[in-house]
Amino acid sequence: MDERRWKKRSVFLLLYLVFAILPVYWMVNMSFKTNEEILSLFSFWPRDFTWDNYRVIFTDASWYSGYINSMIYVAINTVISLLVALPAAYAFSRYRFLGDKHVFFWLLTNRMTPPAVFLLPFFQLYTTLGLMDTHLAVALAHLVFNVPLAVWILEGFMSGIPREIDETAYIDGYSFPRFFLTIFIPLIKAGVGVAAFFCFMFSWVELLMARTLTSVNAKPIVAVMTRTVSASGMDWGVLAAAGVLTIVPGAIVIWFVRHYIAKGFAMGRV
Amino acid sequence: MKPVNQKAWLLILPVIVCVAFSAILPLMTVVNYSVQDIISPERRVFVGTEWFKSVMRDDDLQGALLRQIGFSLSVLLVEIPLGILLALSMPASGWKASAVLVLVAISLLIPWNVVGTIWQIYGRADIGLLGASLARLGFDYSYTGNATHAWLTVLLMDVWHWTPLVALLCYAGLRAIPDAYYQAASIDGASKLAVFRFIQLPKLRGVLMIAVLLRFMDSFMIYTEPFVLTGGGPGNATTFLSQYLTQKAVGQFDLGPAAAFSLIYFLIILLLCFILYNWMQRVGTADKEPGHG
Repeated sequence: MDERRWKKRSVFLLLYLVFAILPVYWMVNMSFKTNEEILSLFSFWPRDFTWDNYRVIFTDASWYSGYINSMIYVAINTVISLLVALPAAYAFSRYRFLGDKHVFFWLLTNRMTPPAVFLLPFFQLYTTLGLMDTHLAVALAHLVFNVPLAVWILEGFMSGIPREIDETAYIDGYSFPRFFLTIFIPLIKAGVGVAAFFCFMFSWVELLMARTLTSVNAKPIVAVMTRTVSASGMDWGVLAAAGVLTIVPGAIVIWFVRHYIAKGFAMGRV
Repeated sequence: MKPVNQKAWLLILPVIVCVAFSAILPLMTVVNYSVQDIISPERRVFVGTEWFKSVMRDDDLQGALLRQIGFSLSVLLVEIPLGILLALSMPASGWKASAVLVLVAISLLIPWNVVGTIWQIYGRADIGLLGASLARLGFDYSYTGNATHAWLTVLLMDVWHWTPLVALLCYAGLRAIPDAYYQAASIDGASKLAVFRFIQLPKLRGVLMIAVLLRFMDSFMIYTEPFVLTGGGPGNATTFLSQYLTQKAVGQFDLGPAAAFSLIYFLIILLLCFILYNWMQRVGTADKEPGHG
């Protein structure tokens, strides 16, 4: 009985993985083809195998600097998000205070602003501040959707840690910063890992804000990719190769946080 | 019970400053646009609530709103159960668990415009795997010509793209359930279904709340993927709210009405999320053990 059930689950999992991987495989497949082959021939693997698409990306500064720019602002964003979210999540998970529930929900409402019209005020705001076309501008703009998420996730992890631990530490004479840094943060390492992954992911894939706030110096890879339309039509091969390369940094990040996700978190309060 | 401590405000102050800087200032600017007729940057006329009234009466907008609600509900109905099922069937430990985690997460890491581009090729009947397979099976499949096909393709793309988010959250939630619960259940001779209903589902409530809210608000604002895949067509079958809004704001340079529209849009999302949030909290506390939380 259990054996059969296990088998049914594996079959389902396998089917899902096939469904998940096939579009990605198709992109990898395309990235090794020439444009003529992509558009003229249906084939499961490249007939006319070529590295040219990748060569374009690695030799053209406007392509590979896109990856570097993206990584810089994503890193800045993730660090700031976690730094401000950690104390806030602690406050929400440990104390009641005036308006706590409202602020908690309000944070999430900042993810709900439809970008199209809000792009213009963003543009004006960052122009006024002289931050246009800097990595910092994109990193700050992305805080709008990453900080609330980080607070929600971290608060869930923190609520799973019994309060007795805090109280014991205070009785032992720990100051709050020392307790927080040396005892509490190691306890919720898993939560920090998961929150960091989500911040990384949402900032990495966001297009509209990143494109609006940059022009040359900080142009992210997602925006670079929108300009593969040339006189001769779409450059599908290069686009596919660039797409494959955008997966790599994220795959590395998830490889590092996989144990934290597997360790699990139960959301206490929410 | 948590102690009352007003000094906790100091801890959340950095978050408020960060978010307010990038949220409240732009929001105020949009409010400012929405009550003016902006003829040129120098010439503006105060028009009060006129744009709000005209936006509310706009038939195209109501059509887009209905399509949007239908789409978001379909997204939730497919992705939440599928995500839970996927999380339940993922291996709990070992190298297999790591490999499956990475494979499942891949679609989340692809930039949204690339997602659209992949599916654009993938769905083509001549050179794409999905399109070609369907054509081989005898379907007259075309996401550019047939409105239903286009809608289903956008839905399938969204399921492919975002189910992993639900699955990862649920997976993390499942791993946090102590073994003692399962042992107790097996002593009681509980069926798998009972274990799911009375142990796993209640314990997943918190993560499911985040998953449902995130999927709801993000699908309600979906823009890049359908824009790249179908451009909103054929006709307006896949023109969802944000695309309609962009047409107005960027295409026609109607900043005033577009601002009024986005405020109404924002309030709709806010209202629906608020209802979902409260409903899920009520459902959760109904079968929560006393003394907890």
